[in-house]
Amino acid sequence: MEEGKNSIEFIRREELEKIQVNRLKKTIERANNSPFYKNIFKKEGIHPEDIRCTDDIRKLPFTTREDLRENFPFGFIALPLNKIVRVHTSTGTTGKPKAIFFSKRDVDEAAGLIARCMRMTGAGPGDVFQNMMSYGLFTGGLVFHYGAEKAGVLVIPAGAGNTEKQIELMRDFKTTIVHITPSYALYLADILEEKGIDPEEELNLRIVYLGAEPYSQKTREKIEKIYGVNAFNCYGLSEMNGPGVGFECPLKDGLHIWEDNFILEVVDPLTGEPLPDGKEGELVLTTINREAMPIIRYRTGDITFIYPQVCGCGRTHRKISPIKGRTDDMFIIKGVNVFPSEVERVLMDTPEVARNYQIVIERERSLDIMRIRVEIKKRFFDGSLEHLKELQEKIKSKVKSELMVTPRVELLEPGTLPRTTGKSKRVIDKRRL
Amino acid sequence: MTMEGKIQQISVFARNEPGRIKRITEVLSCEKINIRAITIASGDDYGVIKLLVSDPRRAYRVLKREGFSVALNKVIAVQMEDKPGGLYRLLEILAENGINVEDAYGFVIKSGETAVLVINVKDIEKGIKILSQQPVKLLVEKDLYEL
Ligand SMILES: [Zn+2]
Repeated sequence: MEEGKNSIEFIRREELEKIQVNRLKKTIERANNSPFYKNIFKKEGIHPEDIRCTDDIRKLPFTTREDLRENFPFGFIALPLNKIVRVHTSTGTTGKPKAIFFSKRDVDEAAGLIARCMRMTGAGPGDVFQNMMSYGLFTGGLVFHYGAEKAGVLVIPAGAGNTEKQIELMRDFKTTIVHITPSYALYLADILEEKGIDPEEELNLRIVYLGAEPYSQKTREKIEKIYGVNAFNCYGLSEMNGPGVGFECPLKDGLHIWEDNFILEVVDPLTGEPLPDGKEGELVLTTINREAMPIIRYRTGDITFIYPQVCGCGRTHRKISPIKGRTDDMFIIKGVNVFPSEVERVLMDTPEVARNYQIVIERERSLDIMRIRVEIKKRFFDGSLEHLKELQEKIKSKVKSELMVTPRVELLEPGTLPRTTGKSKRVIDKRRL
Repeated sequence: MTMEGKIQQISVFARNEPGRIKRITEVLSCEKINIRAITIASGDDYGVIKLLVSDPRRAYRVLKREGFSVALNKVIAVQMEDKPGGLYRLLEILAENGINVEDAYGFVIKSGETAVLVINVKDIEKGIKILSQQPVKLLVEKDLYEL
């Protein structure tokens, strides 16, 4: 139903917006069955008839992570429990988890979106897909798995970690596609190098889906080069089904958001004011094709902008830029907004340092200090202390000119920082402790 | 071709932490490699530990296997009488001849009798040429085993 140039992916904007308005109305109706929204809609006098165009979504209140936590576990359910077939939870760094419920139809629709994404990147029957995301409560495993089956590829449910096994599986089954976090892709590359396996020559990979963590263009290029693949950025969050909310098309310039399933907005993170396309702010998403747990105007905390122009691939669904950071990862130092990804970009431009880094923010006598801890590459070390000092200075001045903040740079032995296989914690802000 | 005066020095990049140096010495002692001299040049949070050992190539391999960032460099080693001002005079001569000493350290073999000076210079051949005209003994690696 959804394949080819006549598919929903290439639908005319007016048609798409009609779908959005109808589905948004329906979403409000459904949401009214959940304790949380019923209460809010009543208080604020919200009715489905208030929606005449997609911009009318601005009349609706935001939903936040705190709302999801406070109403854990069942406060957002819009269907009777006996119509619900799956729950995923995600734990944040603090507090209670968030629970996301799926009906049978929701499971199927979410899988359909993943299948759509995979086909968009040229994947299909004949491909061998190894899913290196954690299975279980995390959506990156199961949700992607169902989608991949729908796309007709052979799925290896490898799960996260266990690097030896991953390599064995890739070689035995001649894996052509992997779904992986960028930090694990780089870690795996290190291990392959240690084992003397050339990923480009000895593996059959052609496509890599990179998700679950923000990363820089440099990181992507690095991964593409090491493995000799096309790497696609995929964006998702469990609150919005998980992976496959945004996905790059073959042009690899921005991620299409499937607007027949989500209404996207970008707002000013401080005021909540909607921002025009092209302006950077916080991504806000509304599910308009989900029945068990509709979520309206969800503040994702992810920083991005919407591309103002139509994509060259012809798909009419708008694109967002790769996630620049999180509103809560962003830190302010000496009055300057800093995203870890900006620091990462500088480090990726510095061939002498390895891939692992950490940012520590401290306060010394009421002065904020950013300390960048980075591992040097083994082969860079030539025994000279002078060269190390020069490298420190080089990173320092590069960061200063790019970010307007002078950091302290700490060089580390390779292997000092914890190697992460999941979402990696790059920033340690000691000021709050 | 081994020229007199040139010996191999091991450098290890390590964070400034007593445990790291201990680990290096442990690794070497397990392999029955003797440390003749050890010195630490320090950055803020890290240091470069320089070692003269009885078997530098093997030490290099062993430390590398243990995961250390190691480099093997050629340095000049001279033996001289342990007299006050001796080291200084040698460095002065090198400076007069336009040789930039990047780093130097000495160690004493028998107190009041013999000292060894280790010199890191960029142009090692030229350094050797100049020092060979001085009343000092240029060491070769074999000498280090026998010290
Ligand atoms: Zn496109």
